[in-house]
Amino acid sequence: MANIFEMRSLSASYGADYVLRDVNFKVSENDFIGVIGPNGGGKTTLLKIILGLLKPAKGKIVFNNDLVGGNRIGYLPQISTGDINYPVTVSDIVLSGLMIHKGIISRMSSTDKRKAVMVIDELGLSKLAGSSVNELSGGQIQRVFLGRAIIGDPKLLLLDEPGNFVDTSFENDFYDKLKDLNNRMAILMVSHDVGTISSHIKSFACVNRTLHYHPSHEITNDDLLLYGCPIQLITHGVVPHTVLKSHE
Amino acid sequence: MEANIFQYEFIVKGLLGAIFASITAGLAGTYIVSKRMVFLSGGITHASFGGIGIGYFAGINPVIGAAVFGILSAIGVEYLSVKQKIREDSAIGILWAFGMAIGIIFIYMTPGYTPNLMSYLFGSILTVTYADIIALGIMSVVLIFYFGVFYRTLLYISFDEVFARTYSSYVDIFKYITTSLIALTIVLNIRMAGVVLVISLLTIPPNIAQIFTKVYFKIVMWSILAGFIGTATGYVISYFAGIPVGATIIFTLVIIWVIAKGINHLIMKYNIKP
Repeated sequence: MANIFEMRSLSASYGADYVLRDVNFKVSENDFIGVIGPNGGGKTTLLKIILGLLKPAKGKIVFNNDLVGGNRIGYLPQISTGDINYPVTVSDIVLSGLMIHKGIISRMSSTDKRKAVMVIDELGLSKLAGSSVNELSGGQIQRVFLGRAIIGDPKLLLLDEPGNFVDTSFENDFYDKLKDLNNRMAILMVSHDVGTISSHIKSFACVNRTLHYHPSHEITNDDLLLYGCPIQLITHGVVPHTVLKSHE
Repeated sequence: MEANIFQYEFIVKGLLGAIFASITAGLAGTYIVSKRMVFLSGGITHASFGGIGIGYFAGINPVIGAAVFGILSAIGVEYLSVKQKIREDSAIGILWAFGMAIGIIFIYMTPGYTPNLMSYLFGSILTVTYADIIALGIMSVVLIFYFGVFYRTLLYISFDEVFARTYSSYVDIFKYITTSLIALTIVLNIRMAGVVLVISLLTIPPNIAQIFTKVYFKIVMWSILAGFIGTATGYVISYFAGIPVGATIIFTLVIIWVIAKGINHLIMKYNIKP
């Protein structure tokens, strides 16, 4: 599997304070990585670095330009970045995912619009294509933003706290959809909600000032016996769960 | 014969003025209402009054003074909000009153009587010149071109600036240009509606449009239509009643808004499908 990007001894800061220190991390094709860690631990900073919104203070991030040249990265932000009362339609928002491939004069071709219809259809939003965003439910809005993130056929999809606005009726569908997409693109999913992260995730990165990577093979049933749960979960019957190897 | 010339001038100025005012106000107004920049735009309007005062004092065209003040304050506020160094509403409040203060100081320092002062505050048919109408006409063409060519770019920056920054390094440039064009639109419409009332000329039509549609492009179209009806009707009332035109335009627009709300209420209540 080819690498999509690699971070080498990367540190990030806002002013004098280091938010991330000495991170070595790589993401390969078809990875499905859960990025977990406490609030303020640097998860969002990690995304900003990948998106190019923040330059590393030290070290570097190297992209494989054959795969993600021209910035072919899909991004599903936390809901708060878009103004959901803004008069913009579902298909407008999905089309905005193609802006990266446009110059400053951003005409959408008929091919672009057909592509948007396909993506909207794939996400089950056909009936809402002409609706404005403030008529939608939280889960529907999330699907629209997912459409925006994937319309450009990215090789890497970044998801920032998607659990924040999933409505429970769509949660399983949403994660199943991600599993489908994972055949076409690597996925990096940030979540502070460690308890209910998707079972489709293949490996984990713990971010708290620094980054610890847990490849999938570390997670076995033996681990469950060796490392006790830091949080006690009480359920009936067999519940799929994952416990990560401890690190300092 | 004299009456005919007055009537001809009244019709030409009124018709062209209403068309260009509604086009410029509809385009700029939809942008500021959607992006919730109404208070900011009010600040820019009142700051430009400082330019009017200095224009009087220096003996240059007050509209030029207002344009310079309006654009500088627009760029200033945009710069401060980009840097996120200020509490925006407080800064706008200061700018708002400071511009008015400068305007009043310079107008009172100007020797002699300042007959057109009222026309700048409340708008006036009598003082609207063909040069004003031509300037509004040029502004209409510029805005149609700008919003037409950069429609999606501007729509997406306004909707989700954070996302726009992931694919474009032009976000700040576009914000500066757009805010400057809005400042210029406001200043040119001051001749019609006056400093005190012009902001409503920009904000009421999109609010009428938004009762019926939530799609940006349609809001622009309906705003221009509502703006035209309000401006033309207000102009006629102003002419015959001798009331400042800004007041009659805004009064008409608010009546249209109330009627539109009522119609919408009936549509909702009886579930009428259009």
